[in-house]
Amino acid sequence: MNKAYDRSARLVSRLLNIDLAELDDWNCCGASAYISIHELKAHLLSARNLSIAEKKKKDLVVVCPACFTTLSKTNHYLAEDRKFRRTISTALKSANLEYWGGVKVRHLLDVIVKDIGENEVKSRVKRKLSGLRVAPYYGCQLTRPFGEVDDTQFPMMLDTLLSWIGAQPVSFPLKAKCCGGLLMMTSEEVALGLNKNLLDCAAQNGAECIATICPLCHMNIETYQGDVNKRFGTNFHIPALYFTQLMGLAFGFSRKELGIDEEMVSSRVALEKYLEAAS
Amino acid sequence: MVEKIGVYICHCGTNIARTVDCKAVAGYALGLPNVVVARDYLYTCSDPGQEMIKNDIRESGLTRVVVASCSPLMHETTFRRAVADAGLNPFLFQMANIREQCSWISENRELATTRAKAIVGAAVMRVEFNEPLEVQKVPMNPNVLIVGGGIAGIEAALQIADSGKRVYLVEKEPTIGGYMARFDKTFPTLDCAACILTPKMVSVGQHPNIELLSYSDVTDFSGYVGNFTARIRRRPRYVDEEKCTGCGQCEQKCPLSVLSEFDCGLGKRKAIYRPFPQAVPSTPVIDREHCLFFTKGVCRVCEKFCPRGAINFEQKERFIDVQVGSAIIATGFDLFDASRVKEYGYGKFPNVITSLEFERLTHASGPTVGKIVLKNGRTPESVAVVHCVGSRDNNYNEYCSRVCCMYSLKIAHLVREKTDAKVYEFYIDMRAAGKGYEEFYKRLLREDVTFSRGRVAEITDVAQNSSENGKLIVVAEDTLLSIVKRIPVDMVILSVGLEARRDALQVAHIFRISRSKDGFFLEKHPKLAPVSTAGDGIFIAGSCQGPKDIPDSVAQGAAAAANVLSLIDRKEVELEPTIALIDEDSCSGCKICIGLCPYNAISFDEPSGHAVITGALCKGCGVCVAACPSGAIEQQNFTNRQLTAEVEAICA
Repeated sequence: MNKAYDRSARLVSRLLNIDLAELDDWNCCGASAYISIHELKAHLLSARNLSIAEKKKKDLVVVCPACFTTLSKTNHYLAEDRKFRRTISTALKSANLEYWGGVKVRHLLDVIVKDIGENEVKSRVKRKLSGLRVAPYYGCQLTRPFGEVDDTQFPMMLDTLLSWIGAQPVSFPLKAKCCGGLLMMTSEEVALGLNKNLLDCAAQNGAECIATICPLCHMNIETYQGDVNKRFGTNFHIPALYFTQLMGLAFGFSRKELGIDEEMVSSRVALEKYLEAAS
Repeated sequence: MVEKIGVYICHCGTNIARTVDCKAVAGYALGLPNVVVARDYLYTCSDPGQEMIKNDIRESGLTRVVVASCSPLMHETTFRRAVADAGLNPFLFQMANIREQCSWISENRELATTRAKAIVGAAVMRVEFNEPLEVQKVPMNPNVLIVGGGIAGIEAALQIADSGKRVYLVEKEPTIGGYMARFDKTFPTLDCAACILTPKMVSVGQHPNIELLSYSDVTDFSGYVGNFTARIRRRPRYVDEEKCTGCGQCEQKCPLSVLSEFDCGLGKRKAIYRPFPQAVPSTPVIDREHCLFFTKGVCRVCEKFCPRGAINFEQKERFIDVQVGSAIIATGFDLFDASRVKEYGYGKFPNVITSLEFERLTHASGPTVGKIVLKNGRTPESVAVVHCVGSRDNNYNEYCSRVCCMYSLKIAHLVREKTDAKVYEFYIDMRAAGKGYEEFYKRLLREDVTFSRGRVAEITDVAQNSSENGKLIVVAEDTLLSIVKRIPVDMVILSVGLEARRDALQVAHIFRISRSKDGFFLEKHPKLAPVSTAGDGIFIAGSCQGPKDIPDSVAQGAAAAANVLSLIDRKEVELEPTIALIDEDSCSGCKICIGLCPYNAISFDEPSGHAVITGALCKGCGVCVAACPSGAIEQQNFTNRQLTAEVEAICA
């Protein structure tokens, strides 16, 4: 399922001339449960990635908002907190690494919307997703806590991008609300409730699918849709698709290349009329 | 002649003595050249402390005095006066700051003592070169400029005018009255705002000593204390104030209605209008942007119906200059723009309104004649009042806006009084510090209002169950119960905070006032000079200095008036002699200093070909001194010799 994100993100980026080079020997960003248990160590993991990226003299682009937030936090703290910087530097030094604070952390969505821009994206569209009603779902991490990328509560970036490829972003007030995240493991009751709110809101606004930018949100929406239906007696059938899959579809890549059909809540009905042309 | 210097090291109780060994510093000073007396003393600023200095001057024949104590802002005047009493020119005194610049910022006693010695040494070396200076006196113009006709400005104007002095009251809106004129009731006594305000407004309008310049603003303010010139822009009303009787015919006949700013866009007004019926002056203005004559060249109905021929479409903007000796700035505040807090949905949900909009709704002469209704005309069954919107929030303003808790309680009371609606107050802390305020809060606790402690997270229309359908849901943590609440209501009132005026920066430039980091005007001293500014003769009053309620604004208006009157009664003002002087022989006439002077104190004398400083305008900032490429300018009491001696002593 997340392979689809990986593949579609690479395909779309290549087409848009975004030069993505995988980081040598990268490691986990420190998000997941780590940061709430050993914050400093989590930041150290992030700092290691930043240090490797700095050698390449490139921006560090990630597709996962959790990585984005953790890396950005580490970057901010390193710039602002001298004591923290000293601790991290000492630790990096033991691995013969150093970091001078020169890396910009970016999310791929931000790069596509702000750097590549409307004209370039539109010029690549072969099959407009005209009339496809999409709930743009940002999740809770892309804009928080810094709000540097977009408005913290009601971001618009993904809405904009969806309209460039012809789709119709629906009003989605819960666009930056929590999907339940890792609570799905520890407090399923709470997480299912949050998930249900999202699906309910998308359905009420007439969405045929949900566009995601976060693998965790994506997984929760897809994998637990059946559990939500069982638990709340609902009958949701709303597929989740990565924004790069929808872009790839509009750019004319095949469903196989994009990993469409691999999802657990089938997107067949929603995408029927566009799939024929694409495959 | 060899100078005889006396040095006094102040303990300032324990403020200095805790970290600085004052005895050791005094001992050190005694070893410095020309020092004949050096003492340490518990409180040098006290009467016995001053007596000690005076005695030494008389008995030991001191010719120079150094006091090492606090900042010159605190006690320079005190010691200058003491020195002068003993017959010495006050400028032969030098202050060394070993409190703010030494003891308060040091922890290590040894290092602090070394530092204090250096500071004292520098002052001793410098004072040798201090020269006697004479204080200049200039006459004080008794006229006063007041900018802003809200309650603070009105109070100040009346106080000053009643004492027989002339006041120019400048107001940028068509009427005076400010925000208070738009309120319904006032907390905590619930008396009607108009009932207590409009008599004062009428007094201003009729006062023989007040020249009311409404629909006007100050574009330039030059000069110095006692002798300012204010340039006032009078925007055209297109109605002759002399001829108009305020009969209101024109307003009735005008065919064009637009949204009323006074009513926050909830009601309508005509293209020729007075913001509200009791406006002062009662002369209407024509809104050029909408008036059919100005936009389409047709109509002129008002002109036809005016019984006095007061309509004049030819009126032009004009500028007048007035001479005043002092000014009070009372320009008030702007409300926080609630649409900035996106999660509260202001502008998106029609029934999320601001507190000021509520004031207009509940006002008897407002757009609904005092009825509290939803946008669809229904009466709400439940109302939420959200505190601290834009206040106490690091995303917007860090400070507390001071008035919102109390006006929110008033809102709750009015809703309970006029409707059967349930009322929820979402507050962080209830701040009811003021006479009768806590009692008012207690009263509301008995009026069946639900209080929920915790900041509101969001206001949404995304329902989670049938009881929330069609409602606005207020989501908030209740920090007393440690739960998250979702309260469905019909109407949400946002208690928006107070901010510095959006044009505060321009106003600050015109009057050369500083601003604090929140954008409000900066007072000279937060406790001891709350309505003074760094500029002599320029005072501030009311919410332009920081959020204030009506009682505090009135008190400040009166306080500023008292300051001004005391200044006027002195008949003349003293000017600091620490001004810059140009050595005509060295001045090359390059004019660099002229453009740099922030006070327009330097002009160019064509016949002689060099720059000239008007002493009364110079504030002694030193910019020209530093900029002069020929080194032709020197500032009195900050001469090169004085400063070099000081620096050399510290570096030695």
